[in-house]
Amino acid sequence: MIIDLPKTTSSDVGKRLIDLREKHGAVTLGRVLTLALITDEDNAESAIASANHASHEHPCRIIAVIKGTSRGSARLDAQIRVGGDAGASEVIVLRTFGPLTAHPVSVVVPLLLPDAPLVAWWPAEAPEVPAEDPVGALAQRRITDAAACKRPSAALTDRAHGYRPGDTDLAWTRLTLWRALLAAALDQPPHEDVTSVRVVGGSENPSADLLAGWLSMTLRCPVTRTKATGVDGMLSVRLDRPSGPIVIERPDEDVAVLSTPDRVDRKVALPRRSAGECLAEELRRLDPDEVYGDVLLHGLELQRETGKTTRTKVKAKR
Amino acid sequence: MTWLANPLRDKRDKRLPRIAGPSSLVIFGVTGDLARKKLMPAVYDLANRGLLPPGFSLVGFARREWATQDFSRQVHDAVKEHARTPFSEATWRQLSEGIRFVPGDFSDDDAFDELERTVRKLDEQQGTGGNHAFYLSIPPSFFDVVCKQLARSGLAEPENEDQWRRVVIEKPFGHNLQSARELNAVVEDIFPADSIFRIDHYLGKETVQNIMALRFANQLFEPTWNAHYVDHVQITMAEDIGIGGRAGYYDGIGAARDVIQNHLLQLLALVAMEEPVSFDPSDLRAEKEKVLSAVRLPADLTKHTARGQYAAGWAGGTPVRGYLEEDGIAPDSRTETYAAVRLDIDTRRWAGVPFYLRTGKRLGRRVTEVAVVFKRAPHLPFESTATEELGENALVIRVQPDEGVTIRFGSKVPGTAMEVRDVTMDFGYGYSFTEESPEAYERLILDVLLGDPPLFPRHEEVELSWKILDPIEEFWAENGTPEQYASGGWGPKSADEMLARDGRHWRIP
Repeated sequence: MIIDLPKTTSSDVGKRLIDLREKHGAVTLGRVLTLALITDEDNAESAIASANHASHEHPCRIIAVIKGTSRGSARLDAQIRVGGDAGASEVIVLRTFGPLTAHPVSVVVPLLLPDAPLVAWWPAEAPEVPAEDPVGALAQRRITDAAACKRPSAALTDRAHGYRPGDTDLAWTRLTLWRALLAAALDQPPHEDVTSVRVVGGSENPSADLLAGWLSMTLRCPVTRTKATGVDGMLSVRLDRPSGPIVIERPDEDVAVLSTPDRVDRKVALPRRSAGECLAEELRRLDPDEVYGDVLLHGLELQRETGKTTRTKVKAKR
Repeated sequence: MTWLANPLRDKRDKRLPRIAGPSSLVIFGVTGDLARKKLMPAVYDLANRGLLPPGFSLVGFARREWATQDFSRQVHDAVKEHARTPFSEATWRQLSEGIRFVPGDFSDDDAFDELERTVRKLDEQQGTGGNHAFYLSIPPSFFDVVCKQLARSGLAEPENEDQWRRVVIEKPFGHNLQSARELNAVVEDIFPADSIFRIDHYLGKETVQNIMALRFANQLFEPTWNAHYVDHVQITMAEDIGIGGRAGYYDGIGAARDVIQNHLLQLLALVAMEEPVSFDPSDLRAEKEKVLSAVRLPADLTKHTARGQYAAGWAGGTPVRGYLEEDGIAPDSRTETYAAVRLDIDTRRWAGVPFYLRTGKRLGRRVTEVAVVFKRAPHLPFESTATEELGENALVIRVQPDEGVTIRFGSKVPGTAMEVRDVTMDFGYGYSFTEESPEAYERLILDVLLGDPPLFPRHEEVELSWKILDPIEEFWAENGTPEQYASGGWGPKSADEMLARDGRHWRIP
């Protein structure tokens, strides 16, 4: 069900929600969090779809604040989506116009779920210091996506400068399966120290930068970050050890190959995950991700100091 | 463990999942229902979630003239039909590379030699590294021969200390104390105790673990979790189906051995145990074993046990046959399809609080729950007419379906008169967390491959539960026959009378 409320206020939207609950049994009880996503019209629908996907795992109230043109008079157009149009959530779309575009927090606050955490998500461009943004300041968890910004590398630098506990970035979330594979590979004997590392990924890929940072921080060895042109995702990671290298390579988008010394190459499905899947993973924990913070603050720097950056050209396979 | 030494592992890094090391799963009895509906889909779902190791292999063993492609097709169909996660061609392609099939009989030496060669080849082709788990999805009478065959063909012994071999067995773990010991001797003769994983799929359910979270993570419940406040506890596992095609397995076993001995006594242990020092497997087991060893049987088994057989009738709108008319059941069978017992726990916490356990087939609906029923308030400062409709407070842990917790308490009925009536407050796992919580078997298979045993009962627990059940079974064997009860209802009259004697009644779950 989709209900349009043009030229309205947040409190009217709130009244309408209570009304819906009494009349149609569309309940808010049991929702564990409020997810506020702040974006512009271009990214809005895909972001709401991702949030709906994540809501199947984490029933939540989704408040999408869409910034319209800042010229003209202040106006709020709202839309409520419940039931089949909203996954396992209820979606409140708030379109702000005129001077109101500068005050999104004023429309969000009246609609927050009582006594439940707030997660703020900027699907594309994010404020310089998310924690100091008025909506970000209310949130326990602030999710950004450096890879979706116009200049990903610069965005990652901004994240490092503006980092506060509770920030995370989907560029980090996308690495989870890579990191899990690497950790599982080092769980196996022989338990030798890694002497050097090489991470290959797209030149403007913040995930590859973060992975290089994480590895230099945890393994305490020189890490080379190779910027490959011709791909945009992660391409490969190589951990050198005295007995031979461990290599994970993903030549196409789906299947990766793990090679270790003295053993045949093994394949593993390592598909690129959708924004919805990454968001669902992100919502699983609402406490600060300290490891991400450490990588951002220390790991990236460490990689630049002790390792090097090289460039290579990759021919796209398939 | 290697785990601490790994620099990439960080306790604070909570999002990093544990992926099993290189390994394979060998399933005996792949043609069975369980393998098709649960095991194979669970393996696929694990692969889809990225939790299986690269090169993971799945080997089927059964008496079928199949080639590996035929088996692969069977797995494919089973996965498409029953898997929880969406079907992905890439995951399937990768998984199917590690699928093998070995045809043969359990007594056939050649077949096991072939299995040994297959597994060894997998170590080379798929890099499974000599780590293999054997899942015995077969009747317990075959455990002996299969274990001996595994030992004979050299599959049971790891070649060096970096490798492991594990065996997974399903309930029933014997049919009484003696047979459980014999069965255990057979398996323990070949595999060391910490390599034997006894699967009780109820223990893989999130809610069972939620019992521990509910009890030990909250301040709200534990203070009332004792004889001062609790009147009694009812543990129910009801099924709406009959025995279906399982006559051969079920007849002679019965409801008590099939369900009470494992599921219900495990639930009792989790609800009644003291707080473990930690959630380490050994600490958890210590508490469960303690409480099971404190269980006391009723003095008069006639008064505080009940059993029944479902009679022909109507269930859920369809006519159904009675137990004695089912195919393959002797018309004079005394096997019970419903069993209820009262157990007491001789500890300070539970003195005087009876635990009523019941299970049955062809009951009103399919439900498993633990209901902790509280005492009435010692004094009610209302007119007696105001509280006529007030029952006892209850906390109900629903294990399945619709996992969650319900609390029942009194509330004022709106209006000018003071009148208090029962209301419920409901927490559904599915509303607050995930629609997509992993299947019990996913969790259990992953735990087997990781070598993580906290959810698996050890042989000591199995023995203790038989010690509880054996006297009841012996008493039943010598006295009378099960009472007939109407299909689609809530069991025989004698079960209701059993609670009425104590001044209580069964909840309608």
